[in-house]
Amino acid sequence: MSEGKNYINQEAGLMSWLTSRDHKRIGLLYFYSIGFFFFIGGVLAMLIRTELFRSGNLFDPALYNRFMTYHGVIMVFFVIVPGIPAILGNIIMPLHLGARDVAFPTVNLMSWYCYVGGAILAFWSIFLGGADTGWTFYTPYSINFSGANITAALAAFVAGFSSILTGVNFVATVHKLRCPGMTMKRITLFTWSLYATAILQVLATPVVGITVLLLVMENIFGIGIFDPEMGGDPVLFQHFFWFYSHPAVYIMILPAMGIISELITTFSRKTIFGYTAIAYSSLAIAGVSFLVWGHHMFTSSQSEVAAVVFSVITMLVGVPTAIKTFNWVATLYKGSIQMQSPMLYALGFMFIFTIGGVTGIFLSTIATDIHFHDTYFVVAHFHYVMVGGTLMAIMGGAYYWFPKITGRMFSEPWARMSWVFIFVGFNVTFFPQFVLGAMGMPRRYADYLPAFESLNQISSLGSYMIGTGFLIALYTFVQGAYRGEEAGMNPWGSKTLEWTIPSPPPHENFEEIPTVTAGPYEYR
Amino acid sequence: MWWIPTAEAQSFMPPAATQIAENVDTLYGFLLISSLVSFVLLMGSLAYFVNKYRRKTDSDKTAYITHDYRLEFLWSFIPFVIFMICFAWGAKIYLDMRAVPEAALQIHVVAKKWDWEFIYKNGRKITSDVDDEGNKVPATMVIPVNKPAQMIMTSTKVNPADKKDRAVLHSFFVPAFRVKQDIVPGRYTQLSFTPTKEGTFWIFCTEYCGTGHSNMMGRVKVVSEQAFNDWVIGDESGGPKELSLADKGKEIYKTRACIGCHSLNGSKMTGPTWKGLYGSDRVFADGSTGKADDNYLRESVLNSNAKIVKGYQPNQMPAYQGQLTDEDVTAVIEFIKSVK
Repeated sequence: MSEGKNYINQEAGLMSWLTSRDHKRIGLLYFYSIGFFFFIGGVLAMLIRTELFRSGNLFDPALYNRFMTYHGVIMVFFVIVPGIPAILGNIIMPLHLGARDVAFPTVNLMSWYCYVGGAILAFWSIFLGGADTGWTFYTPYSINFSGANITAALAAFVAGFSSILTGVNFVATVHKLRCPGMTMKRITLFTWSLYATAILQVLATPVVGITVLLLVMENIFGIGIFDPEMGGDPVLFQHFFWFYSHPAVYIMILPAMGIISELITTFSRKTIFGYTAIAYSSLAIAGVSFLVWGHHMFTSSQSEVAAVVFSVITMLVGVPTAIKTFNWVATLYKGSIQMQSPMLYALGFMFIFTIGGVTGIFLSTIATDIHFHDTYFVVAHFHYVMVGGTLMAIMGGAYYWFPKITGRMFSEPWARMSWVFIFVGFNVTFFPQFVLGAMGMPRRYADYLPAFESLNQISSLGSYMIGTGFLIALYTFVQGAYRGEEAGMNPWGSKTLEWTIPSPPPHENFEEIPTVTAGPYEYR
Repeated sequence: MWWIPTAEAQSFMPPAATQIAENVDTLYGFLLISSLVSFVLLMGSLAYFVNKYRRKTDSDKTAYITHDYRLEFLWSFIPFVIFMICFAWGAKIYLDMRAVPEAALQIHVVAKKWDWEFIYKNGRKITSDVDDEGNKVPATMVIPVNKPAQMIMTSTKVNPADKKDRAVLHSFFVPAFRVKQDIVPGRYTQLSFTPTKEGTFWIFCTEYCGTGHSNMMGRVKVVSEQAFNDWVIGDESGGPKELSLADKGKEIYKTRACIGCHSLNGSKMTGPTWKGLYGSDRVFADGSTGKADDNYLRESVLNSNAKIVKGYQPNQMPAYQGQLTDEDVTAVIEFIKSVK
């Protein structure tokens, strides 16, 4: 907007950004730092695929194991877990509620510094020799070479505080800062999903923090907790770890589902089908997700009874997940559908996430899981859910809110091209891995039998396609931010509150706090 | 599917060499078909809607449909029923898989960074080898076809004297048998299978264990019963025969002072008799009960105070933790098993 000030040009200088308490600026700080980590994690992914292009070793296996570990640690703890809530949630959620900021703006800034602190620890661990435990830090292996492994685990601990602070902030914001008329039944589904996620962040993340502290105590003070040589139990660590890390999977995917609800309604210009069902299924998923951690441990030597119980509860998570998917498809019925690039990402999400979802049933069924566990089938499954799901949604959301955040439009042909490369590349990379897993190829292998080679080569080629797609997307963002046409207030014809204010929004969003009289998807 | 290098292109699964594996494959086939059908239905309706309801003008009006309880109930209930079928079917096969067959051939599996060792009751120990050209030949376990085999598995350090090193997790995975079990340091885990086909199958380590993880492969060779008996009796090296595990355990019984407190004839001494001990039900001083299985015996050898049998005094027996190697403990337990 040429006239007047907005949050970007309100103040100038680096310090004004580093000390900003504006939720939109903090969102952008997160965008740059998470983007930086995403780049590193992506480069590591392609190094992994390059090693696996042929049977035999290109890199030293010890180096490969570090690539594999840092790819996992960075992508999980520094990209996908904070990704949607910290970037898009921060920028958009207060706008969706008709609020001037989040409930605790200073805490919001502090959460970013926790993230940076965790990031510094993660880098420090590289100089200590590099962790090579995989992102799961399983004991007793992680006790072996304590320095780097423990520091990398501590990095996840510190970054966890960023997650907790964001969660606390969002819960408070949803409860306290809704504008007049904004009942809980009128908040957007994106906000609902962030709310469910925030509950998980607040309740689950401390567990991983405690676990890491126990690991540190064991190392420094020699208290036997997980180490069998000191009378500890290594399987206990797995219980603690998955008690956090399974809910974490939903911390990663729930906000993605929220974005999809926004995209589907806007681009089919239709009210959402089953608002209540979608909102409550987010809460249901969040609740049940605390009771399923044992499905990561069917082969771990936990009792058979436990395995059976965890299997049946896991099946229950499938139901609300399926409900959401059906609701999105039903929303398309009799809509007015426009295939802009954000919508392409939403539909791509549905395609990929459905494959990720149904293969989840293969893994919650115990008998088949015993075969697939810790093979490439699992690698393919969680990439379909977490990358195909969360990353497709984050890209769709980024394109969707790009005009609001920057005030300019991106180039649609370039955006479509990035979609083609990412979507096709993703399936080329990960679909063959289901087959590899069924054939029995274990995960975290620096080398494999020649029989697995041809499928691995297809997979590696696909990963380069994904890389190309993200470079195109980066170009699209930069080009759009500097050279794009002015977007105006509401380029997509959407109904939610953020589209009623100028793009980019002014410092405190709303000149006058709005009063709402209807739900968020009133397309009639 | 030209790129699939195996003959099992239709199912993508490796050849099934046990009855359980075939059962798993049937369930897998059911999952594959039902997920394919639901995927096609869902994506088909998505594609149909996207195509049919494409935006025509910028002022399109859309139907205001908020919900339909009947439809929503149906698409919650039907997946629920399908999921429960998958669960029950999978749990049934899993429980069959975990049941220990009677009179199984017991083989001790020792996992260490980064290799496998298989020890038979007669003391025969199979390790990796090197062929004439210097290539590694993976450790190859030999078992008879159509006879149940039970793996009793533990993980040890390469050098027990190294205080900084740790035994780590491994996992025993035979794709052709569709079975997998983690191997946890400090305890025994077990796994059993009954091969129905002769042949040689891969064993992979599937729990990340460090630099050599991907080279930690072994093989299981399934042969006819006759060939197995010949193999067990015949000692190809011609060297001195190893003591059987039970005999080795008996040596330890005599030389490490077990004999002072544990009788072999059922009489009560300072400690409980070993006669008929294995598999018996135990009542402990605190009133709890348990079965004298491999893990109980291991714990009692290494740390006798952990569970005191009712009627006996604590603090009578030295802790053998750090005094006996994992292999010694296994030998003692095999000796206890032999005292019936």
